[in-house]
Amino acid sequence: MAFRWIKSRASSQRIAFVLLGLATLIVVIPVAFILVQIVVRGAGTISWEFLTDAPSQAGKAGGIGPAIVGTLYLMAGTLLFSLPIGVLAGVYLTEYARDTWLTRLINMAIMNLAGVPSIVYGLFGLGLFVLAMHFGMSLLSASLTLACQALAMTVTTSREAILAVPREYREGSLALGATKWQTVRHIVLPQALPGIITGAVLAMSRAAGETAPILVVGAAFLLPRLPDSPMDQFMALPYHLYTVAAHVPGMPEGTPWGVALVLLVVVLSFNLTATAIRLRVRRRRIGS
Amino acid sequence: MIATDVQNRKSAISGKAKLTTRVVRLHYGDFLALKDISLEIPERAITAIIGPSGCGKSSFLRLFNRMNDLIPNAKVEGEVLLDDIPLYGEPIDVVELRKRVGMVFQKPNPFPMSVFDNVAFGPRRHGKRNRRQLEDIVERSLNQAALWDEVKDKLGQSALALSGGQQQRLCIARVLAVECEVILMDEPCSALDPIATLKIEELMRSLAEEYTIVIVTHNMQQAARVSDMAAFLMMDEDRSGVLVEYSATARLFTNPSDKRTEDYITGRFG
Repeated sequence: MAFRWIKSRASSQRIAFVLLGLATLIVVIPVAFILVQIVVRGAGTISWEFLTDAPSQAGKAGGIGPAIVGTLYLMAGTLLFSLPIGVLAGVYLTEYARDTWLTRLINMAIMNLAGVPSIVYGLFGLGLFVLAMHFGMSLLSASLTLACQALAMTVTTSREAILAVPREYREGSLALGATKWQTVRHIVLPQALPGIITGAVLAMSRAAGETAPILVVGAAFLLPRLPDSPMDQFMALPYHLYTVAAHVPGMPEGTPWGVALVLLVVVLSFNLTATAIRLRVRRRRIGS
Repeated sequence: MIATDVQNRKSAISGKAKLTTRVVRLHYGDFLALKDISLEIPERAITAIIGPSGCGKSSFLRLFNRMNDLIPNAKVEGEVLLDDIPLYGEPIDVVELRKRVGMVFQKPNPFPMSVFDNVAFGPRRHGKRNRRQLEDIVERSLNQAALWDEVKDKLGQSALALSGGQQQRLCIARVLAVECEVILMDEPCSALDPIATLKIEELMRSLAEEYTIVIVTHNMQQAARVSDMAAFLMMDEDRSGVLVEYSATARLFTNPSDKRTEDYITGRFG
């Protein structure tokens, strides 16, 4: 009897193990499948010319140089506007604001901003930056629009990173006669930096993949040159992918896959850079 | 009773009062954490605050560098004086106060930076930038904290790599570097092993020749070993901290005048 009980316990252990493994597999398989498809079908299209040339014949010929550069500009612009404001707001909300119903409401609102559909941000940008502020359909309008969307994430991750800094460090600094701002500047922010960087880069790579919002605030269907000022329109990889995949008849079969591969590489390399920075900072902090 | 003790102590320590509290009450919101505490802490001596958990020892200690300010709803009534300067009532420069009254915490809390930067943190924040000058301050402070010989070859290494006892002495060096006059210690040895504890106690004795030290401790042997004066706090029926007895350490431990003190030091409660 006891023996059977042990046996049934062992077999239920095995069943759980198989089920959990299966669930993991179901998660991994589609990702792996998509990656392999994109690499296999897109690799043939990639060439130096494809990466650097301007598109011609509505994207059927030529390359995607302006779209790559446009996306990099867009990411830089998003970071430029969202990181400083996000960090400063995070510092204010955690270190300076009193805990009242108003700050709690603001915190909740910021977290929920991340859930607003991106096209809504697009329309907001169209109304505010393109029309009301007369920035027109431009790289500037698009950067500001995506920055608004990224803010939800940069503020939230900055707040969390700042809150995670141990109280002992703050007290130690204040007890040495450092002012509040000196404590934030020299103790809290350096400690929170890896978390802040991670949030910023994740927000940025998400901005790099956005199509809907930039559609209405400045991305060009076809602009076979680089934007010559922030007030100019620009091409971007996700929108170009949408164009070549669905809007131009007679497109060579490999082109959309090639664009997808490039977009993926851009986004993943940013994520990897963020991870590398974070690991290095962490290692330096723990000390040799 | 306490008044006569004050007279006795003054002749014994022959120092003037560095810190004074007069009928101090500390509120956290509606809760009265400390009730009517009056005592005088002599300069260049070690004063121990003992008492059971939750009696407000740490809160009392934090009156002197206004660290209770960090707690919302904390309110202080009565007088707290550093020399003759009132610390509450009129607005004071808290930064200046904390330069003069340093604090060492229960858990060693070196900043996650190099040994050198830890000690130089205070001076730098107060405007000292000259590298040579900082090097002098760091060496002097580490020497005073009896840590120089152990760390002189690893000033550039992370302070977190030091042992617990070394970290705590580093925290003491960090306080000494801002040229304070008073050192508040909040159970500085509770996270340390006996050997590291002994080193800190020796250090305290040598520092007491120049500094005024106030130590909160759970450990009555420690209080008996290191302190010149001892104050016994406990909770009254409202759970507020009250001062039961304050006198020279030798007297408080051998001939306490209050029955509750005797019960506590003989281990009958707490």
